[in-house]
Amino acid sequence: MSDSVLLTVRGLSKSFAGHQALAGVDFTLRRGEIHALLGENGAGKSTFIKTLTGVVRRDAGEVWLDGEPIAPRSAEAAARAGIATVYQEVGLLPNLTVAQNLFLGREPTRFGLVRNREMRRRAVALLADFGLSIDVGAPLGRYPVAVQHLVAIARAVDLSARALILDEPTASLDTHEVTVLFGVMRRLAERGIGIVFVTHFLEQVYAITDRITVLRNGRLVTERETARFPRIELVHTMLGHDLAETEARVEQADRPARAGSGTPVLQAEGLGKAGYLQPIDLTVGSGEVVGLAGLLGSGRTETARLLFGAERADRGRIRLDGKPVQIGGPRDALRHRFGYCPEERKTEGIVADLTVRENIVLALQARRGPFRPLGRVAQDKIARDFIAMLDIRPPDPERPIGLLSGGNQQKALLARWLATEPRLLILDEPTRGIDVGAHAEIIRLIRRLCDEGLALLVISSELEEIVTYSDRVIVMRDRAQVAELAGSAVDLTAILRAIAAEAAPAPVPEPA
Amino acid sequence: MSRNLPVLVAALLFAAGYCLCATQFPAFLTTRVVGNLLTDSAFLGIVAVGTTFVIISGGIDLAVGSVVGFTTVFLALAIERWGIPPLAAFAIVLGAAALFGAAMGALIHIFEMPPFIVTLAGMFLARGAGFLLSTESVPINAPLYSAVADLSLSLPGGGRLTLTAGVMLAVFLVGGVLLHATRFGATVYALGGSRHTTGLMGVRVGRNTIAIYALSSLLAALAGIVFSLDTASGTPLSAVGVELDAIAAVVIGGTLLTGGQGGILGTFLGVMIGGLIQTAITFDGTLSSWWTKIATGLLLFAFIALQQGSVALAGRSGRAARPRAGQQPVVRPAEARP
Repeated sequence: MSDSVLLTVRGLSKSFAGHQALAGVDFTLRRGEIHALLGENGAGKSTFIKTLTGVVRRDAGEVWLDGEPIAPRSAEAAARAGIATVYQEVGLLPNLTVAQNLFLGREPTRFGLVRNREMRRRAVALLADFGLSIDVGAPLGRYPVAVQHLVAIARAVDLSARALILDEPTASLDTHEVTVLFGVMRRLAERGIGIVFVTHFLEQVYAITDRITVLRNGRLVTERETARFPRIELVHTMLGHDLAETEARVEQADRPARAGSGTPVLQAEGLGKAGYLQPIDLTVGSGEVVGLAGLLGSGRTETARLLFGAERADRGRIRLDGKPVQIGGPRDALRHRFGYCPEERKTEGIVADLTVRENIVLALQARRGPFRPLGRVAQDKIARDFIAMLDIRPPDPERPIGLLSGGNQQKALLARWLATEPRLLILDEPTRGIDVGAHAEIIRLIRRLCDEGLALLVISSELEEIVTYSDRVIVMRDRAQVAELAGSAVDLTAILRAIAAEAAPAPVPEPA
Repeated sequence: MSRNLPVLVAALLFAAGYCLCATQFPAFLTTRVVGNLLTDSAFLGIVAVGTTFVIISGGIDLAVGSVVGFTTVFLALAIERWGIPPLAAFAIVLGAAALFGAAMGALIHIFEMPPFIVTLAGMFLARGAGFLLSTESVPINAPLYSAVADLSLSLPGGGRLTLTAGVMLAVFLVGGVLLHATRFGATVYALGGSRHTTGLMGVRVGRNTIAIYALSSLLAALAGIVFSLDTASGTPLSAVGVELDAIAAVVIGGTLLTGGQGGILGTFLGVMIGGLIQTAITFDGTLSSWWTKIATGLLLFAFIALQQGSVALAGRSGRAARPRAGQQPVVRPAEARP
């Protein structure tokens, strides 16, 4: 790693409709450096990236790349200047082939005609550099998100990028895929490319970055070398107050051994579906949190969908309070007072254009049916109660939910299901994509709900989080149940050991 | 493979339909019927090529029928009243139509307006402009027109490949190359995938959008020229609803109405299937010609159902897309490489 400066940003500012989203931010990226850009939601990371790359026009500030002042007016111009960005939502086209995606707009041509064979040959050669050997003639959409990300990075780098911005590339990747991505990032850094890495995962920051820049409320807070920036201090810096993570740690230490204390609410015996999920046994008692741990694609979400009837099981049975029940579909599940917060908050969860109130009463109204509408007074009361109880901000029930931050959207989704007074609540990745502060709040909320007697089944990729709140943990691997840990046996190393146990070849990422 | 399924089905349907007709009416086996089928479909085919580009790019163009109508009136007046030589009139109307389409494309891009609304406005505009020129049919008596009417290539077996059929085949050929083998064509598919993403990938979205709508209007004007050559007249009422026939042909040919997938060959088959139904009904002689519309409607339903099915199927097979057994995983750590 050399110390020569690649990209210098001085005094970058941007305001939207009177709101100062970015206030005079300085930033320095060196050659061959992996530089974390951190901050809570709303800290200005996205605005910084968009302003830097010309997607939005900057109000003030200067940018030098390799000593040359640049002022790109579009992502395209920035890419031509040498700054490429890969966004969290893979910025490629699933309907085109891998090769077309790599070379869109710069296809090799002869007499105006695209030389397909040449294009494929180059695509294969390019991807080989990234450890990918795939059919480049197949539509990109057929490949898992991890592969799509690598293709996007390959395209960006091949566009002669000197600076590469990765905006939350790991948000939807599992551990193994993250390892692969990190390998690619290190190799690119060795080639002298400067990488800006935006992420919510602190582990990853410490695993790969050389330097950290923290933004808060649109301002630069600090820039330091990762090795000299203790985690507690970093979290403190990001939040600007004390301190979600330590709190979670304390809670973990206090974790009461309550496993098995509740009476079983839900029992699944040999529940499974051919080609979808190997039969599993699972019990969730009242006042109990059961965690489902495993890599992406290990069968966690599949379990939830079978329980909720979103996918129909072809074997096994489900007992509710000891009595066998038939779950033929989500309607049956709702009737038995199950709740399910799916993983894809934006596509399967919230209705962005409806207000917070309307989103909260949605499931309750659905259970009541179209002929027993919930009166406006009752709706207002429910919305107000839950906004207060879950501390949804801003506390305005009439605000379109799309305008809330990720964490508050997640709370409103929780409220939606809590309003139905469920017996069993299934949460799939309740903390994905939300900031550190909201993260801790959601975790506290989970604990409180189960103290009140709710049976909870929680899926999460963040194992530390699972350990924090689960009374029992069921570990999944390759769409099968591989271990169940209870009471004091619930700890990180045990879960990791169960996931890794004798799984000799690294698991192939499932298509997302 | 499932991507090509709709085209394959369209091809099979056309072949089966043709065989069925041939057993009923032996004349179908002559080149004369083939030649007539091509000639009768020529004008719709040319429009449909433009529509294919527009639909694959995720848009829609409702103005093409009106552009055809305007073109025929304009040509009739320009040649008969204003004394402009036919070839010059052709050039003028092609240029004007291309500008008209470009303007619609620019509106769609700059103001981020839905293509449906913009081209709907364009449809009224062009139709109105046609009526402004003349409210009635104007015959064209230019020598070029009678010369062209006789111009054709004799096929073995008594059939004739008329100039208009030849123009259509050429348009399909050029359109196919443009769509499937050029950067512009790749961009059309990209836009149909996502305009936003395509822009982020550094493609000039505006320029390409404008080009796509300009092309569609240009081809509509060309179809209008062909139409006026065929009928030797111009009327503002010509080609009402042709935009919908073109959309139907494109969809029957396997192009997704949501954009991003499809092709020129499919559109050709879609046009030919429509022509085949019409020819069969003409041969039969007892059925009302409106049965063509009913058959087209039923086919549309069937093909949209088929597309939905195959899209769902593609999604599922995509889900199952794992590396073949015995091979190394798709993703492997970069460090692990020698």
